[in-house]
Amino acid sequence: MQDNHVDVAIVGGGPGGYTAALYCARAGLETLVLEKLSAGGQMATTSQVENYPGFDEGIDGFELAEKMQRGAQRFGARTLLAEVTGLDLKSSPKVLETSAGRVTAFAVILATGASPRALGVQREDFFRGRGVAYCATCDGMMYRGKTVVVVGGGNSAAEDARYLTRICRKVYLVHRRDTLRASKSYLNALEGADNLEFVWNATVTALQGEKRLSGVTVRDTVTGELRDIACDGLFVAIGREPNTALFRDMLPLDGQGYLIADETTKTALPGVFAVGDVRQKPLRQIVTAAADGATASKFVEEYLQEQGESV
Amino acid sequence: MAIQTLTKENFTKEVRQASGPVLVDFWAPWCGYCRRLSPALDALAQEFEGKLDLGKVDVDEQPELSDEFEIMTLPSLVLFQNGQASEPLVNPASKGEIESWLEQQGVR
Repeated sequence: MQDNHVDVAIVGGGPGGYTAALYCARAGLETLVLEKLSAGGQMATTSQVENYPGFDEGIDGFELAEKMQRGAQRFGARTLLAEVTGLDLKSSPKVLETSAGRVTAFAVILATGASPRALGVQREDFFRGRGVAYCATCDGMMYRGKTVVVVGGGNSAAEDARYLTRICRKVYLVHRRDTLRASKSYLNALEGADNLEFVWNATVTALQGEKRLSGVTVRDTVTGELRDIACDGLFVAIGREPNTALFRDMLPLDGQGYLIADETTKTALPGVFAVGDVRQKPLRQIVTAAADGATASKFVEEYLQEQGESV
Repeated sequence: MAIQTLTKENFTKEVRQASGPVLVDFWAPWCGYCRRLSPALDALAQEFEGKLDLGKVDVDEQPELSDEFEIMTLPSLVLFQNGQASEPLVNPASKGEIESWLEQQGVR
């Protein structure tokens, strides 16, 4: 058997990917995780995970990711730090082109997760990292004592705003409706922040600045009026979107763009499984991603037995 | 080779006067993305052994260095060749992105 051929290749090293790796490796399968940067995915930038059972005082997301990676490696799972650039999921074995060469596998688990949704205004990409940010707990400290705008109305927007009011001079929260969707506990935390200003019924329509963001233009959705807000940073918190660019032409997605796979994690293609945030599901949490990973391993094993290709 | 901790005291000797290219990671302990980058940098340090040195600057402890190179976002990677600083690579999304950025500048 060649080095670059494995029983199961897992695309993405977040909690879903590494739990799948743990279970597959323990089942005696030769298991390879392909991760483009480092273990953990979205979880790795969460400074304090409070709702993963067993950690009664919470745990740092990056540390939890490393624990999951080491836990899988203890049973022989390997990690290749490489970005998958192309997939052939119909061939046998399946083929994965990566930045570190070609990998083949009998079964593939897609654990590519989700990313923050972009605002979709001009020059947003240019200003990314130059004033436009998508994670307050990651980048907030760069805006200590400055003025920032948060866009969004859900829990993550409210949480970002709360976090930023503690370190920034002034925080504007721009939302396209006149109330927040965020749940009560998040809203309560916002009350009493005297450096927070709500900008209701408004959308961000333009970004200003030359080399760096210097302000945003917002449009009142009721009156159509335009208003400029000078700011040093813009935090976009308008939800997430699944990372499906690699396979959206090969596999059916639902209306929101999530991969269609039921509780068995089986996708429409035999031998291809989907776990974690990329999969259509009612609740996206670390614990549900991990549960998917465990479930996938059972059906990977079953698939390999049917194929008669197992080790 | 291990990734060296750079300060304003050793920066000239280790980076400006280095004979080969040096990749400098501007980071801070509170920066989540910086931590995400660290395993990829460790791997690069091994893979590019002898061809590229790596160093890191904690911007909280070394504000003079981050001001001098106008670091506005973390993490930022800057490649130094013959004392010349490259444009920074801001918050790369993958190890592959760092590799192709290095390659564009003749480091392979």
